[in-house]
Amino acid sequence: MTKWLARVGWRHAVAVLAVVFSLFPIVFVASAALNPLGTLSSTSAVPTGASLGNFANLLTDTDFPRWFGNSVLVAGVSALASVFLSALAAYAFSRMRFRGRRLGLLALLLIQMFPQFLAIVAIFLMFSTITELWPAIGFNQPWGLILLYLGGALGVNTWLMKGFFDTVPRELDESATMDGASHAQAFFRILLPLVAPILAVTGLLAFIGTINEFIIANVFLTDTGAKTLSVGMYGLVAGERNNNFGMFCAGTLLTAVPTVLVFQFLQRYIVNGLTAGAVKG
Amino acid sequence: MTALLERKSAPAEAPEPSGRGGLAGPLVKVALLGLVAGLAVWAAFPLIAERAWPGLAVLVAATAGLFYLYTSRRHIPAKYLIPGTLFLVVFQLFPVGYTAATAFTNFSDGHRGDKREAVVAIQTASVTRVPGSAEYALTVATTGDPATGPLTFLVTDPATRVVSAGTADGLTRLPAGDVTVTATGRVTAAAGYTLLNGGQASARSREITDLAVPTPGGAIRSQGLSRAYEGKAGRAYDAGCDCIRDTTTGKTWTADERVGAFVAADGERLAQGWRVGVGLSNFTRLVTDAAISGPFARTLIWNLFFALASTGGTFVLGLGCALALHSPRVRGRGLYRTLLVLPYAMPSFAMLLVWRDMFNTDFGLVNNLFGLDVDWFGGAASARVAVILVQLWLGYPYMFLVATGALQAIPPELSEASRIDGATPWQSLKRVTLPLLLVALTPLLISSFAFNFNNFNAIYLTTEGAPFPADNPANGATDLLITYTYRLAFGGSGAQYGFAAAVSIFIFVIVAVISMVSFRRTRRQEEVYS
Repeated sequence: MTKWLARVGWRHAVAVLAVVFSLFPIVFVASAALNPLGTLSSTSAVPTGASLGNFANLLTDTDFPRWFGNSVLVAGVSALASVFLSALAAYAFSRMRFRGRRLGLLALLLIQMFPQFLAIVAIFLMFSTITELWPAIGFNQPWGLILLYLGGALGVNTWLMKGFFDTVPRELDESATMDGASHAQAFFRILLPLVAPILAVTGLLAFIGTINEFIIANVFLTDTGAKTLSVGMYGLVAGERNNNFGMFCAGTLLTAVPTVLVFQFLQRYIVNGLTAGAVKG
Repeated sequence: MTALLERKSAPAEAPEPSGRGGLAGPLVKVALLGLVAGLAVWAAFPLIAERAWPGLAVLVAATAGLFYLYTSRRHIPAKYLIPGTLFLVVFQLFPVGYTAATAFTNFSDGHRGDKREAVVAIQTASVTRVPGSAEYALTVATTGDPATGPLTFLVTDPATRVVSAGTADGLTRLPAGDVTVTATGRVTAAAGYTLLNGGQASARSREITDLAVPTPGGAIRSQGLSRAYEGKAGRAYDAGCDCIRDTTTGKTWTADERVGAFVAADGERLAQGWRVGVGLSNFTRLVTDAAISGPFARTLIWNLFFALASTGGTFVLGLGCALALHSPRVRGRGLYRTLLVLPYAMPSFAMLLVWRDMFNTDFGLVNNLFGLDVDWFGGAASARVAVILVQLWLGYPYMFLVATGALQAIPPELSEASRIDGATPWQSLKRVTLPLLLVALTPLLISSFAFNFNNFNAIYLTTEGAPFPADNPANGATDLLITYTYRLAFGGSGAQYGFAAAVSIFIFVIVAVISMVSFRRTRRQEEVYS
């Protein structure tokens, strides 16, 4: 028994404590979402009643379904594309030696430290011109917002991936190259499957980051139907905070659904890292 | 060259990889290059229509560059770096560079456009109704959403029933076939415009009152929601003296190109000016203006502490949980992991607002749950504890995920080997696992620090900088530099983009220096520069 406690028991204890810390605000949100009165002041920690009225109001009285679709589209496409772009860059930084490599890495680290939302005026002016020339990627269009988000793709992801790529033995892709594989084949066939865990993690982070992004989207999307979840839901409580609190919390819960699904989908890649097996072979 | 040789000799040794890839690779490449060409053609048409030749030249050059890069056998690193770099340059470097350039100008409310626009604005603002002003029937319309789209005045000349569309840019006559006008001059339909109904118009009555459509002799303004008049400008620009002259009093304001404003002899300055370069004055103001530089040091210290505590705290918590669950013996690991990262799945902006309510003194969950009666955001210490606690909750699942990913990347053989060599689990963690983890995670920790240093939402959506000392309503105890700057620059006294840009450069330098120093100190552990 003591041996079990020392080996496994403490792990369960830590996990349970962490789960309690993680969950209690979420229980509060769930309680508010189910609260039939739907106001902030009448919400308590444990649900006092169960009513789906807040959800029904949210889905019928607001453009929530469209915000939801917009968010999933924008976050999904930007996450996929940004993982791909930064994996390409991380491969070059990790496996190749070229002039400007060190400078490039430093520049990437520095650029993302600029408080980007203060560049919002410049972004606004730039996209005013783009909207005139190419309305399809201008204001109130998900594709424009996706392009804008991809500008930040190389920032933190490249560093994270490069660190991970460095831990994969170089011999693996070198031996593939010896066997006649091109650099592209070594990358797509050998290295990418090995780094699946970090691709999954960065993909998830990018997805969540995009779902939560507010300031830029708030400037970018002004038409009710074009809004993403963060912009639309912020509008819900901007004026009527107390009265709309139940609807707001219902929306908060629904917003979490795509993220949880993406996590569930990616979890097997995160858990079953393939590197260990490859090193043995 | 070497790639070519290898490819030729490859089939004899390893037929499979180059056999399949040899066909699929070029096909994908051709398809992608075709897509690039297609997009370039699509993008070119509007540029040609607008006669935007410099833009077209950049587009052609970029497309040609891409074609050269991906058809050439050289520049292999560039093939992998260019796609992301393109986006980086256009959508991040360019706006940041533009912002940095703004720091040397007086760009702000009242100094937005060029001098000509300032003159138009001054003349339009001085419009008054005089006897004999022309009257029009007014219909308010918009080109976008009735609640938020840009407003347009559709004005009908009562004599000719000709309809013109007026915005702040001026008046344009609409073709008679595009509009339907009633006998009273009211427009009932107009191609390309959405007409505002009575309710929609009165909801935006303030904007309607403020809109003035410049005309050669003055401007058209609304009177109520259905009538408009053309007033006469009380102030006019005189090119001879490069000044603005008031037509009734005769007072003049002369253009001053150094400050970008019209200034009278007695020092009075017209509110409407234009944009000029002001050199380093935005930066010197940061040091010399006592109201700004005074609380700066105090805010900087709290800001550093906040960033360190958020990053360090979330890392320690996340790593601890990741280590605890990094064992095949723990049953239900998947469930624990899922529940544990739920905070990260919740939308953070919404949860920040929810946390703010949970710290509410009267009906907040925290006080209710623990039977406390603390005014959390009322005292400096408790407010700081609260915002850091919120950051821990929001941030530790992220660190947990990343640490879990990094732990899984470390070959289990390493800790097995150290165990066989007689190391205790603690020793093996400290000597083998942690150093390897830090190699992978140091850059992430540094960028997490940089992110938290400028974590605008964390403060703005919770305390909004509160509590504020009685003597300084502009700088609160939980203010970060960025929220403090935001309030100084955008809040209260109108937008001051130039000054805000100067401060953001200042913040950038602070973060960059701190990050670089910590980066150099951990550099020896890494293979980054090898």
